[in-house]
Amino acid sequence: MNPLEAVPAGLTGAAFWLPLIFVCLMGLAMLLYVILDGYDLGVGIWLQRAEPAQRDRMIAAIGPFWDANETWLVLGVGLLLVAFPLAHGVILGALYLPVALMLVGLILRGVAFDFRAKVKSEKKARWDLAFHAGSLLASLAQGTMLGQLITGFDASPAGLLFSIFIGLGLAAGYALLGASWLILKTEGALQLRALRWARLSAWGTGAGIAAVSIATPMVSPSIFAKWFSLPQFFALLPIPLASLAMFVLLQVFLSRLKVDAGSGNANGLRRWSWGPFACSVSLFVLAFFGLAYSLFPYLVPDRITIWNAAAAPEALMVMLVGALLVLPAILGYTAFAYRVFRGKASDLHYG
Amino acid sequence: MDDPLLLARIQFAANITFHILFPTLSIALGWALLLFRLRYTRTGDERWMSLYRFWVKIFALCFALGVVSGITMSFQFGTNWPGFMNTVGNIAGPLLAYEVLTAFFLEATFLSIMLFGMNRVSARVHTLATALVCFGTTLSAFWILVLNSWMQTPVGFEMRDGVAHATDWLAILSNPSLPYRFVHMLIASALTVAFLIAGLSAYRLLRRDRGPEVTLGLKVGVYAAAALIPLQIVVGDLHGLNTLHHQPAKVAAMEGLWDTTAGAPAVLFAIPDEAAQRNRYEIAIPKLASLYLVHDADGVVRGLKDFERHPRMTPVFWSFRVMVGVGLLMLAVSWLSAAALRRGPLPTWLLKALTAMSFSGWFAVVAGWWVTEIGRQPWLVTGVLTAADAASSVPAPLIATSLVMYLALYAVLIVAFVSAVFHLARKGTPPAHGEAAVPLAGALP
Repeated sequence: MNPLEAVPAGLTGAAFWLPLIFVCLMGLAMLLYVILDGYDLGVGIWLQRAEPAQRDRMIAAIGPFWDANETWLVLGVGLLLVAFPLAHGVILGALYLPVALMLVGLILRGVAFDFRAKVKSEKKARWDLAFHAGSLLASLAQGTMLGQLITGFDASPAGLLFSIFIGLGLAAGYALLGASWLILKTEGALQLRALRWARLSAWGTGAGIAAVSIATPMVSPSIFAKWFSLPQFFALLPIPLASLAMFVLLQVFLSRLKVDAGSGNANGLRRWSWGPFACSVSLFVLAFFGLAYSLFPYLVPDRITIWNAAAAPEALMVMLVGALLVLPAILGYTAFAYRVFRGKASDLHYG
Repeated sequence: MDDPLLLARIQFAANITFHILFPTLSIALGWALLLFRLRYTRTGDERWMSLYRFWVKIFALCFALGVVSGITMSFQFGTNWPGFMNTVGNIAGPLLAYEVLTAFFLEATFLSIMLFGMNRVSARVHTLATALVCFGTTLSAFWILVLNSWMQTPVGFEMRDGVAHATDWLAILSNPSLPYRFVHMLIASALTVAFLIAGLSAYRLLRRDRGPEVTLGLKVGVYAAAALIPLQIVVGDLHGLNTLHHQPAKVAAMEGLWDTTAGAPAVLFAIPDEAAQRNRYEIAIPKLASLYLVHDADGVVRGLKDFERHPRMTPVFWSFRVMVGVGLLMLAVSWLSAAALRRGPLPTWLLKALTAMSFSGWFAVVAGWWVTEIGRQPWLVTGVLTAADAASSVPAPLIATSLVMYLALYAVLIVAFVSAVFHLARKGTPPAHGEAAVPLAGALP
């Protein structure tokens, strides 16, 4: 099955390639969002498992970043809204309840992050709980939304079960990203804890990805056709193989870091602490490409293609000019901010 | 409560009302922080740094609340008003995209350097980061007000098959109500912040906080408020005349005028009766409205009955009176305080009045937005698209459930915000950096 068969007849020029460019931009924004906000949501998921004293350091490890991370969601959803207005209405209308739950989660954690440091100390534990609960709720809701999208908004018990399962898988994936980020950004007892967390969530993530890969073609016949027809099957094969390799490499890094931590090999710990995060990010990138391949060129499986849903070419052109001018600057100063806050996290001070 | 359109409107109104509270504070508070930072660099006076350190915490809180409530809105465009983007998406889309691309990332990224980077970058880079955050918040306000003003006074487009297409971006970017609305909003933000700074400083003085920067904060707040409020009254009046020209039905609802009248009175008080289309218990000054609206005591002002499609009068009429009432109160309190400050410390009753008015700007801003947004009804985009046509088919119980959830959350957060702000005021300014810095995430005493 050739995805380009879904192109409406007679579509040429800007009306053909502008929606393609915008779906790539939107995909990029969503991928960056999932990875970037994924690690800070993941830190939130683990927050309650740490000693109260370690929580400040966990928050400090994401403090300078979470706000900009969440902006990628606004860009991703914003691009869906402005470039594919028809799909925005259909998708978000169908996902009304999980979207509302996700928003409540994001609101809770976003404000809890700031409130916990500014209220009387006896109220702090309550805001910590809000941060944790908000992070978990947002992760589960996002995964459920993804599951619903893949099944074409199947609200039957089986469809809902599948969606909730993807919700759990995504939460495990975020937990893995969060733990790996903490391995990179912290030291000592907290880093040791993060190693244990990464091990736990790696198995959850692996099981999630595997189950999703098995279940997705089963719930969607068109995705089944895309995966298991020749020669696409062989072109697609590198994605699951590379995912498997990354998973094994992640385990190797985690074991090696655990040995280093046990033997007090500070040098080894310093040298390889980036490894788990790199592997986790790679797993997300691979899963993203698998998913993008499965869905393309549909925004709503088998119903709405990027061309059906796109805004007028002249409006897309106005936005493309802006995006091409501004995106390099955004990437540039984002890199600058990460450079300013590089290295191990220390307590945050205002001023 | 089973009307999905009304529920969708209430839900969106609740979200956007909650949202606007925080950008209103963060736009002008950012510029105030830049001022404190620059004054410190220029004079070396530690009091400016203390002010910076105190207010930057409240700024961070406002910013976080603004970000999360703003995310909600980017989703609700689609969930509540799918017809909006389907009809005018070719104009609204690029404006929203430019807001995200040029403003959101700029603010969010440099905010971290502004908040936590003072020891990691040079003073110059830190000041630059602060300035970029201010520029970002103001630019964001500009883009969103271009869109809102275009919805009020649409120009520069043509309709093809029921869908709006931009024909003249320059006209859209300079649509007729934008200059008034943008300036009115920026001054509103500055006034809200001026009263918050004055109010919290007064509160600290009442609690016998003798921090050397407290009196300085009081002066900055009071003098800024006293200087800005007359300016705001003039700009508001010009904005009203612009509305009279472009959206006369809105002005009729604001003025409480049902019938087209020569020598229209200024209605001070009335209970509008929507069913009978007349006012009850009206108290009015003859001919005054004609005088200030058309600058002729016998000039004709069109009444609400004259318009085939018009908003309900009651919410617009009352919101307008709340806004003007708070404005007049601000004028009285800020001028009395400014006059008293020139003679010496403020008397206790004025300090109490200022404390009570700490969040007065919020009431005026929300009332003002209700006037302009409800006054546009039944249109979502004047003359192009009604709210009813843009609404989604989400069933009422689903909207009602999520509405209750949002309202509960917002109520908790507003209480938490106001109490956190007063809690910070009671704690005063932390000791200077380097002596015993207070970690953001550390255990606070």
